[in-house]
Amino acid sequence: MEILETVFVRNSLIVAFAVVGVTIWISYFLADKLTKGRIHGSAIAIALGLVAAYFGGRATGGSTGVADITLLGGIGLMGGGMMRDFAIVATAFGVKLGELRKAGLAGVVSIFAGVIVSFIVGAVVAVLYGYSDAESITTIGAGAVTYIVGPVTGSALGASSDVIALSVAAGLIKSILVMIGTPMVAKMIGLDNPQSAMVFGGLMGTTSGVAAGLAATDPKLVPYGAMTATFYTGVGCLLGPSILFFIVSVLV
Amino acid sequence: MIVYGVALLSACLIAGMLLGEMLGVALAVEANVGGVGIAMLFLVLASNSEKFRALVDGASGSGIQFWSAMYIPIVVAMAARQNVVAAFEGGMLAVVAGVAAVVVSFALVPVISKIGRSDIASEEIQ
Repeated sequence: MEILETVFVRNSLIVAFAVVGVTIWISYFLADKLTKGRIHGSAIAIALGLVAAYFGGRATGGSTGVADITLLGGIGLMGGGMMRDFAIVATAFGVKLGELRKAGLAGVVSIFAGVIVSFIVGAVVAVLYGYSDAESITTIGAGAVTYIVGPVTGSALGASSDVIALSVAAGLIKSILVMIGTPMVAKMIGLDNPQSAMVFGGLMGTTSGVAAGLAATDPKLVPYGAMTATFYTGVGCLLGPSILFFIVSVLV
Repeated sequence: MIVYGVALLSACLIAGMLLGEMLGVALAVEANVGGVGIAMLFLVLASNSEKFRALVDGASGSGIQFWSAMYIPIVVAMAARQNVVAAFEGGMLAVVAGVAAVVVSFALVPVISKIGRSDIASEEIQ
């Protein structure tokens, strides 16, 4: 057991490659046999990852899912921000400039619309649940934008830590739901071309959610959605503690 | 050489991240503003340009394609390291806010895509 642990910990990233590889193999097998290809294999793999993260978190009490289990620590590195961003940028290889230009304006509109609409929805829910001070309402609204914008806004405004935790939770729910829900609603919302993928990325904004949701829908759409999504959090951090807070404090 | 492509990809990411950080500082925002998006633009420009042919053709290109293909496995690992427990412990308010934000945003996708398309159409007529 000790030998196993030594080898696994020393080669954590390699272990992660192997474990993820097996997970994907099982997922594609299940997608083929159980759903006859109706649900994409990568959607199943991502869902399995989330389920594993839940049990990992329950078992260890940590905040990085499976990566808190000693033997699987490499998942943390493989699925961390550095590798994610590296692979996202690589998906842009082969993208045609013309496609980007075509969706340019709609892409920009979608980023601002996405931040503002998510914020309003979150703020309204906060009010319905009885919050009445501008700081808390703004922080929870910002959490519905992304789980990064929530705490950035909350700490800038001096919101209480339980409100900040709520805003992170709201953002996490959003991100997870986008991962799982996107392939299910893709047809309904016309998500089948580069333009709508860019609009989708701008509206949803959660980089992990968009990245996984589009990967499970059609990997060819990933670079377009990811490109707009990466501007969303920045715009959210810009608007949250400033204009949006100002508007909320005038209204309450 | 495969490593040329990997190096080009790395250089794009680092350049984009630096610009994103600087943009964040300039806007007084505690975040990287669009760093990854800017990096993607750099890679698109490089792979569409004649000057970078040697870094994107043949074996060099397969260095970039490898990382592009590793994307889904990396996303699966990313899913496995999310704080799913915290997401559900936030209580009903967090669930309602998160779900409502997603439903409304989903509904807006076809609406805003249409704005984009009518713009293109009118430009083409002009």
